[in-house]
This record gives sequence, C-alpha cells and structure tokens, in this order.
Amino acid sequence: MLSLNDPMIKREIIMDHYENPRNKGLVDDPKYLKINMNSESCIDDITIQILLVDNIIKDFRFDGIGCTISTASTSILSELVKGESVEKAYQIIDEYDKMIKELPYDEILLQEAVVFKDVSKQANRIKCAKIGFNGLLELLNSLKDGDIDGKR
Amino acid sequence: MIDINEIRKDFPMLNNHKMQGHQLVYFDNAATSLKPKCVIEAMNDYYFNYNSNVHRGDYDLAAISDARYEQTRQVVADLLSCDSKEIVFTSGTTQAINMVAFGYAMNYLNCDDEIILNEAEHASNILPWYEIARKKHLKIVFAPLDAQGKVDVKQLSSIINEKTKMISIAYVSNVLGAINDVKTIIKIAHEKNIVVLVDAAQAVPHMKVDVKDLDCDFLAFSAHKMCGPTGIGVLYGKYDMLCKMDTISLGGGMNAKFDACQNMLLKKPPYKFEGGTPAIAEVIGFATAIKYLSNIGFDNIANYEKELKKYAIEKLKEIPNIIIYNEANDSGIVTFNIKDVFCQDAGSYFNSKGIAVRSGHHCAKLLPNFLNVIGTVRASFYFYNTKEEIDIFVEACKHGGDFLDAFFK
Repeated sequence: MLSLNDPMIKREIIMDHYENPRNKGLVDDPKYLKINMNSESCIDDITIQILLVDNIIKDFRFDGIGCTISTASTSILSELVKGESVEKAYQIIDEYDKMIKELPYDEILLQEAVVFKDVSKQANRIKCAKIGFNGLLELLNSLKDGDIDGKR
Repeated sequence: MIDINEIRKDFPMLNNHKMQGHQLVYFDNAATSLKPKCVIEAMNDYYFNYNSNVHRGDYDLAAISDARYEQTRQVVADLLSCDSKEIVFTSGTTQAINMVAFGYAMNYLNCDDEIILNEAEHASNILPWYEIARKKHLKIVFAPLDAQGKVDVKQLSSIINEKTKMISIAYVSNVLGAINDVKTIIKIAHEKNIVVLVDAAQAVPHMKVDVKDLDCDFLAFSAHKMCGPTGIGVLYGKYDMLCKMDTISLGGGMNAKFDACQNMLLKKPPYKFEGGTPAIAEVIGFATAIKYLSNIGFDNIANYEKELKKYAIEKLKEIPNIIIYNEANDSGIVTFNIKDVFCQDAGSYFNSKGIAVRSGHHCAKLLPNFLNVIGTVRASFYFYNTKEEIDIFVEACKHGGDFLDAFFK
C-alpha cells in the first residue's frame, strides 16, 4: 500500500498520470456509454466512455482538456475500475468521496487514488479531483434508471 | 501622487488578511475590486439609520433614502459628464447589456441585420447578442483584432455594410486589457447610422470616461469593480435612445398608472427601467465609492496602474519560463502562463502563496482562438497594489514549476 506520508511519491504519481494518462482517447463504438463533464470552477472539459459487459466495466476511456488534478484523477480512476463490477465501482466512488470530505475511508480500495487525499487544501480543485468519479457515477446511475439512451 | 500606504489603511481586506497562511496579495481586481471602509459604512448607515423604501413613502426616513438614492444618479452623471436622467441603475454590466439587447435591438433590428462583436469580448457582451440573433434571425459579425487584441479600426469599414445596425464593444478588454479606440469606432459607426454600445466594465474603474466626448449611444459598467458594492451597475443611454427603448422588467415604481382594461402608462426614463425595489443600500454605497475614487483622481489611478504594469512586465521578463500575452497594453492587466503548467494548476499554486489571480478563459471563451492557448493566468492591479506585492508575485512565478506544492504543504 502507498505511504500517505511521502509527498514526493504522491507528486510523482500525479505527474506521471498527467503526463502519461492511461486509457486516454475515445473510441468510435456505439456499445460504449458516453458522458461529457465540465467543471464550473475550472476549464476542464472531459468526456468519459465506458463499455459494460455482464455488469463488468470492460473498458474505460476518457479524453479532453483538464488541469493536472482532473487529468491525473480520471486516469487513476480508469485503472481502478477497469475490469471491475458495477458494484465495486460504486464502492470506489463512495470511498473516494469520503476521502475528499476528510472522513474515514478504505485506503486499500482506493489504491493510487489516495494521492488526492489533500486536494481539499485547494478548495477550487475539489471539483477537478472528482470530475471523472462524478462522470462515472452519472453513467452508472443512468443504467440503474434505465435511462441509457441519452448516453450512447 | 498617491500615498499608497495611507490608501491601504482604508481597505479592511488589506489589513493583515491572510490566505493560506500568507499575507493576502490581491491581484484579481478585474474580477472585482476590494471595498474601502467608507463604502461599507455608507451602506451600514442606511441599514442602521434610515432603512426605508424609495420613491413612495410619505415619512421622513423615506425622504432621506429617496434623496440619497437620487443624489447617486447625479454623482454618476457627473462622473460620466452626462445628464442624470440618462443614468439607469441596473444590477450590473450584464443586466445593462441585456436591457439594450432585449429592449432596443429586439425592437429595432430586423431579419438579416448585422451586429458587430469581436473575439475578445466577455460572455456578457456576446451571449445576449447571440440570443437576439437567434430570435430575430440576425447575423453576428466578428471584427478583426490587431496583434495586441484591439479591434482593428483600419479594417472595420470593410466589414460594415448597409445591414450593419449595431456595434457592441468593450472599451478595455477583460483578458488582454487592450484599450480599444472606441471614439474613432463610434465616429465611423455613426457615419453609417450604426448604434454603439460600449462595455466599460474594465474602463470606468481605471480612467476618466466622458460619454459626451465618446458620443456612444449606450455605455454599461458595474460598481463592484470600482470599490463599490456588488449587485449594482449602470446603463448610460442618450436620452432619446432610452426613450425609444422598451423596458424588459415591469412592476412597481416604474409605472405612472394602469387600469383594468390593460392600459398602462409607464414613467419616463430612467424610471421606467427600474421596476421593483432597487438595491438602495448599494446605490448609496456606490456614490461613496465614486467620491472616494474621484478624490484620489482617475488620472493618478491610470498613471499608477501603468507604472505597476510596467514594473511587473520588466520583472517577469527576467524569468525564462513565463509567457506574457499582453505586454504592449497599458492597462493594469498582465495575462500570462507559466511554461508547461496548466493555467488552473498555476491558479491553485498562487493561492497556496496567498496570491489571488484568475485563471482559465476569464469568461472570454472565444479568445483562445485568437491567442491559440487553452487558458491563461491573469493578474490585474488596482491603485492600492504595490511594487512590493509584485515582487512577491514575481518570486512565486520563479518557482511556478513546483505547482504541486499547493497540495503537499
């Protein structure tokens, strides 16, 4: 598990995901669900795609313009949820939300995403750190509501 | 000459206010200015001592409110060198521009008529026109900008034709701080009977603006960018233009009479535009703000800001990783990026040093096309800022590459 007390490692992780984002670039495939997210507090403009097969997130793609925090957090999220069940994705989103709110949370579940533990020090970046998580949540909720047509 | 140290004592926010553990350096004046104590006290005085509505009471308190409210109209008129009946109080620049778009352009522009804007404009001087254009099938034409981001006066005639009916333009643009030659533009426009609205939100706080000398048809600005309260602004209109214009807000205080047969008689301008209880405390505070600025002197303010800008540019140019986008413009706005740092990351980094700047597209979402960047950082000065504050800012710029420090203190 990642040490929360080593800022240098956390910085390196953020910069690595910012400079070499994972799962970046969208695919042209109608089987994917898609959502565009933009943040009021930042000029982030990020589109997320997921491919769901039998309740498993088989693929997670994203693209767009974002600051370091939004790009790196969405990149880390993509690795966290790819191959996981919808239920597990909900858990991850939930635990991440707790961490941002400075409540007790499950470090093991969040893995590299713990680097954003202190994002609330910069209030305006909280939305950036959550942009991917919020997008995924909205996509998963639209499945629950049976309202997926608008997301294709 | 201005005694900055004395002036700074007037501003509660400049007296030992800390941000992220540092002394606050407030460089976001183009977004909103700080307020001097006298303005806050003038508003409190209304709430503490003569709270009452305007334009209707028969008692003493209401008479005081009424007099102070109308006195402000005269103070604004004196500031702009016009008649007080040409001053309409609005909630701000945005509402003022919307009033002209929906109250004037909506009625006097017709299908295929053209409105000239430019890519440096703020959203509030673009979106009302987009909406009118959509509703009335008008055409929006963008005037070419020169290298500094000013509307290119030489090229303006080439885009004007018999369908051009309106030009809406910022006096000083909010991102690049480019000072447009609005006087010449208005002269060219009037030769073709084109109506001109000047968005002076970034001009009136920083320089002497004379509407009669400019000869503009309409001019809009906000109090909060010039040491005044939020929620109050001004629409100046030539009186005959205000008479021609419809109001977009009807209600109490703006009608003379009405009956059950749906007849209504509205008051004359400016009152017909001020339906409902206005922002009374704010209007009264605004008068105090204008007097405060006039006392310092608008020429002194303009010259001092120019000096601050020059000083900042000289210092920033010594740092290799800083890209400046508006070096040549005289207004107190420095628009820049730190090389390889996303503008909003820079914004958070400056915050962590106690420095308030704006980052992103600053509501001018078309400007990135012109600048060819996604976003920028904007430091905007006012007369209470100092060279010492610029030194702190420049020092922070030098270490801008360490922007993730903001999160790991």
